[in-house]
Amino acid sequence: MTVAETAPPILDQEEERRARRERLERLAKWTLPSLVMAATILAWHLYVTIGEVPHYILPGPGRVFGQIVSDWTLLGTAALTTFRLAMIALAFAVVAGFCLAVAFTQSKFVEMSFFPYAVIIQVTPVVSIAPLLQLYLQDPFAAALACAWIVAFFPMLSNTTIGLKSTDRNLEDLFTIYGANRWQRLRLLKMPSALPYFLGGLKISGGLALIGAVVAEFVIGRNGTGLGLASLILEAGYRLNYPRMFAALILISIMGVLIFAATSLISHLLLYKWHESALKRDR
Amino acid sequence: MSDRPEILRMAHVEKTFRGDVVALKDMTLAVREGDFISLLGPSGCGKSTALRLIAGLSEPTRGKIEWAGGQGEGDLGVVFQEPTLMPWATVAQNVWLPFRLRGVAYADVRDEVLDALRLVGLDQFMNAYPRELSGGMKMRVSIARAMVTRPRLILMDEPFAALDEITRFKLNNDLLELKAAVGCTVIFVTHSVFESVFLSDRIVVMAARPGRVIHELAVDAPYPRDDVFRTSPEYAAHTRAASDALHDAIGEAA
Repeated sequence: MTVAETAPPILDQEEERRARRERLERLAKWTLPSLVMAATILAWHLYVTIGEVPHYILPGPGRVFGQIVSDWTLLGTAALTTFRLAMIALAFAVVAGFCLAVAFTQSKFVEMSFFPYAVIIQVTPVVSIAPLLQLYLQDPFAAALACAWIVAFFPMLSNTTIGLKSTDRNLEDLFTIYGANRWQRLRLLKMPSALPYFLGGLKISGGLALIGAVVAEFVIGRNGTGLGLASLILEAGYRLNYPRMFAALILISIMGVLIFAATSLISHLLLYKWHESALKRDR
Repeated sequence: MSDRPEILRMAHVEKTFRGDVVALKDMTLAVREGDFISLLGPSGCGKSTALRLIAGLSEPTRGKIEWAGGQGEGDLGVVFQEPTLMPWATVAQNVWLPFRLRGVAYADVRDEVLDALRLVGLDQFMNAYPRELSGGMKMRVSIARAMVTRPRLILMDEPFAALDEITRFKLNNDLLELKAAVGCTVIFVTHSVFESVFLSDRIVVMAARPGRVIHELAVDAPYPRDDVFRTSPEYAAHTRAASDALHDAIGEAA
């Protein structure tokens, strides 16, 4: 190793300023949102205590967090139900969206035949189909699953379809020249090209699956089926148990954030080596 | 020159789009082993159409394109104007592609892939991803991929047009060295007079509307050619001749 390599790098003032700014930005990325969170909770607490707001109108943060701990058996079980519902719906949405997108790109006629119906499923408000689904599917979990699936399905389908179609024309020609068959073209060219789009769809559908699950629970879980966190919120509303309602709400938000973080992580792990979106920008 | 065996023949090839747009009219060309042929002309002169026809990407409306002894697997290599690499695959995986699509495992052609990368000076980068490479390096990978099957014919469609002049000169020199090393046959589409004179032993000058061949020039300067050739009176004379021919082509079109 030479001296030049071991010596500390020489920074001019601009470089120093930039390094300082980068350190600050790295720090701020985590501390700033945490501070906002803390300030919000503090403001909430002060508002409730100073304004002497009764807990059946707006419970303070301490009471809500206390409720999460004391009601954990009930809340945890309900959260798990909702989470399971959302994840199964997402899994079905991913599989169905992917398979149908592949079918679309393999045959224009399949796309012409079925795409309009995919749009119809997407634009029909799920709340309005839920009672029918419940009537025909009997089992409330199956009905709720169908609702959540409908909400989560379309972004997977449309993103993957666009992805499979957005292959580089010259690469397509190259595959033709080298005599690629249909399967090779799909496996080695279209699927890798579609991956970033597919993962974008996954991020959207992950959040939508949870929203769909909660909405389905609201509509279907109404008649005492005891489905997940939404039923808990409804029930707590009837009993004016607002701390429990807030507790359930907070758990839903945490779940949503976790799903987003998980899908973002998956996306990063699959793309960071080669995709432009994962490229660190040079200044 | 004419004692070398013919590998491809285009006979009265014509390509018409939508029934009335004549992209290429009555093109006849015999390609011999070891040829470096440039197709030179303004845009719309059918040079890219000719290349696509030879590559089998589209079919001639009239006329015939025949490979001596028929076209076998790996007989053809292609380099496009863009490097056209798969961004999700490493350099080595990209070069492996022509074999891979024939069902050949990487382990069986590892030596060929490495040889091709060594020829373009990028064997150190076999595990890099395309986005880590400069424009010129990407183009070299693309050339390595076209060469890896040791094809009888390599088609190049303005491969260096998007590069800066310094990189372009360097790649022109390297391309000739490469050709000398592996002895391949090249058809090279360009709109640069200088490039075509420096590289080729035959220049086919084409004119537009309808796309057609109007001149064929021989550049009989011996290989190897290097930067000295670029400043020689011989080079200047050939450049003048090619420019005049190109001028004809543009004059006729306008």
